[in-house]
Amino acid sequence: MTRTVSALLRKELLVELRTLESVPGMSLFAVSTIVVFHFALQRSTVDGDLAAGVLWVTLLFAAMLGLNRLFVADAEQGGFDGFLLAPVDRTAMLIAKALTLLSYLLVLEIVAVPAFALLLLGPPLGPALPGLVAILALADVGLALIGTLIAALAVQTRARDLLGPLLALPLLVPIVIAGARATSPLLSAGHVGALSGRWLAMLALYDLVFGLIAYAVFDFLLED
Amino acid sequence: MGIALCLVFFYAPIELEEGLLQKIFYLHVPLAIVSLGGFVLGGILAIAHLRTRDRRWDLRSYVTIHMSLIFGVAVLLTGSIWARGSWGHWWVWSEPTLVSYLIVFLLYATYQPLRFAIEDPERQARYASVFAIVAGAFVPLNFLAVRLSTSYLHPRVLGSSSNLPGSMRFTFLVSLAAIALLFATLCSYELTAKRTRMLLRSRSRILGYR
Amino acid sequence: MSTGGAETTISAETGGRAPAGALPSRALRIEGLTHAYGERTALADVSVSLTAGQTLVVFGPNGAGKTTLLRVLATLLRPHAGRVEVLGHSLPGDAWLVRGRIGLLGHEPLLYRELTPRENLRYHARLHGVAAHRVDELLAEVGIDARADEPLRTLSRGMIQRAAVARAVLHDPELLLLDEPRANLDPAAVGLVDPLIGRASGRTRVISSHDPGGGLAEADMVLGLRDGRPALLGAAAEIDSAEITELYR
Repeated sequence: MTRTVSALLRKELLVELRTLESVPGMSLFAVSTIVVFHFALQRSTVDGDLAAGVLWVTLLFAAMLGLNRLFVADAEQGGFDGFLLAPVDRTAMLIAKALTLLSYLLVLEIVAVPAFALLLLGPPLGPALPGLVAILALADVGLALIGTLIAALAVQTRARDLLGPLLALPLLVPIVIAGARATSPLLSAGHVGALSGRWLAMLALYDLVFGLIAYAVFDFLLED
Repeated sequence: MGIALCLVFFYAPIELEEGLLQKIFYLHVPLAIVSLGGFVLGGILAIAHLRTRDRRWDLRSYVTIHMSLIFGVAVLLTGSIWARGSWGHWWVWSEPTLVSYLIVFLLYATYQPLRFAIEDPERQARYASVFAIVAGAFVPLNFLAVRLSTSYLHPRVLGSSSNLPGSMRFTFLVSLAAIALLFATLCSYELTAKRTRMLLRSRSRILGYR
Repeated sequence: MSTGGAETTISAETGGRAPAGALPSRALRIEGLTHAYGERTALADVSVSLTAGQTLVVFGPNGAGKTTLLRVLATLLRPHAGRVEVLGHSLPGDAWLVRGRIGLLGHEPLLYRELTPRENLRYHARLHGVAAHRVDELLAEVGIDARADEPLRTLSRGMIQRAAVARAVLHDPELLLLDEPRANLDPAAVGLVDPLIGRASGRTRVISSHDPGGGLAEADMVLGLRDGRPALLGAAAEIDSAEITELYR
């Protein structure tokens, strides 16, 4: 299993490095979204709830772009068949693709969060950073799991670029709720609030539940 | 059974002495409970489909979810009317059950577009089942999340049903039973209709080819 | 010669296990296989068998079900009815047992265009647990080692097909499933790949072909499909190419 996952991961990252079709697009989109927010909200700085909201919407929508591209190369170039012919555990593809999407999200955040701090965030990012990293780490796992599952579902349909985000957004609402609620006190104008354990627990629960479900159902999506 | 259904249905409104707003409550909450149960049931039926590969389970899953969605429209409508009556707005964010129901509704509204976007019927059934399972697991999780997020903003107006005085509670339970029966009846009608249509189609195909 | 109820089975066993001729037969029957477009039958009531080392050539017009048959044998599609046994194991239940022993060469090369042939083959080698040096050997055997480190999309179709052949035999499969293998190959290339996928390779093969003369020459058994149904079945020696051409009318 580990060997299969690592073989898949190497291939994924190699293809992405060669084509650069996901990560730069996601990152650029995030920065553009932040700029759009400046104009749409007509503000130069945001803090507290508003800041959390802007950040989470930006990350979520950029993640949708990554979701859309995740299985396209496999669907169009026979990647599924090539994998299905091999004597391997098919769940390895779930793990490898989720790890891939996770890595894309991490790179996205490395670009988007500083950009956000630079362009729109009022309070300083520094004190908020440790808490933010914890929240994003947990949320990213959930995003990656649901993203992979929905991407696999959507890639075999017509209108795949539309159906992916359409299916994923409602499913990701709990992440947005927990993520935004946890982030607001960290970005408040006065002193930095505490990191709420309740919301982290919510994120962890979400990751656990959907991790188990994804593990159980993913194989059914791969058969022909 | 249909007669018993009608009797039960009309018994509930007749019993009421409270205003119109409370009457909506007796409709809205049971509708919500039944339809949410239907969504989760759709997920369970989908598990049966994936395990047995018998397409009949998928048909049952589809009909259950479809019916729950239709009931869902009624839930949102009655919920909106009730919100208007209670707070003067057609929509309120402070009522967590209404909000989380909206999210669940939006999710299941994508179920049919998903099905119709897949041409191969075997794959369509399989993918729809996967979706139904994920969405079914999502329902309770979502309610938890929304509940947590609004509980300390506004006190919940909708008290739990165990706080209801005797007569109201009885009416509520009757209404719940009535709507559950209605749901089951409509589902079985739709199932029969679909099965008949499939049967007709396969018969005509056999005749046509020979 | 028509099918009648000729019970021959696709039973490709590993060569060393039993003397040729004393091998048990295995019935392959796929009934009412509906995979594409819902109600359209892709394969119906197909029965054929094959002993180890033999070659079955499948003829038929486009849409006759040749590719579907190959994909079912490759375990990519499930049989909807009937029994299928491959290498002694029945599908779809025991498909996981035979997967590593089957090689498929289809219409698509199943390679990533942005990666080089070497990277593609290394990936497949890792999936199948094949040593890395085998990749380099195969690249040389099919004659593309000069271009092995350039992205696949820069290669000609003939070279891509050769890379696909390498992928198909990388894990040394006992059963080869070849969907029009000569397509896109120039005569020189055909000579290069023959030891790998031709009769000389000693593998059991199922080939789908559009070439009555050439296909017949290669075959031990012949199956003709029309609209998913078997229209022709028998030993190659007993069939002449006129019957095959009939299929296409």
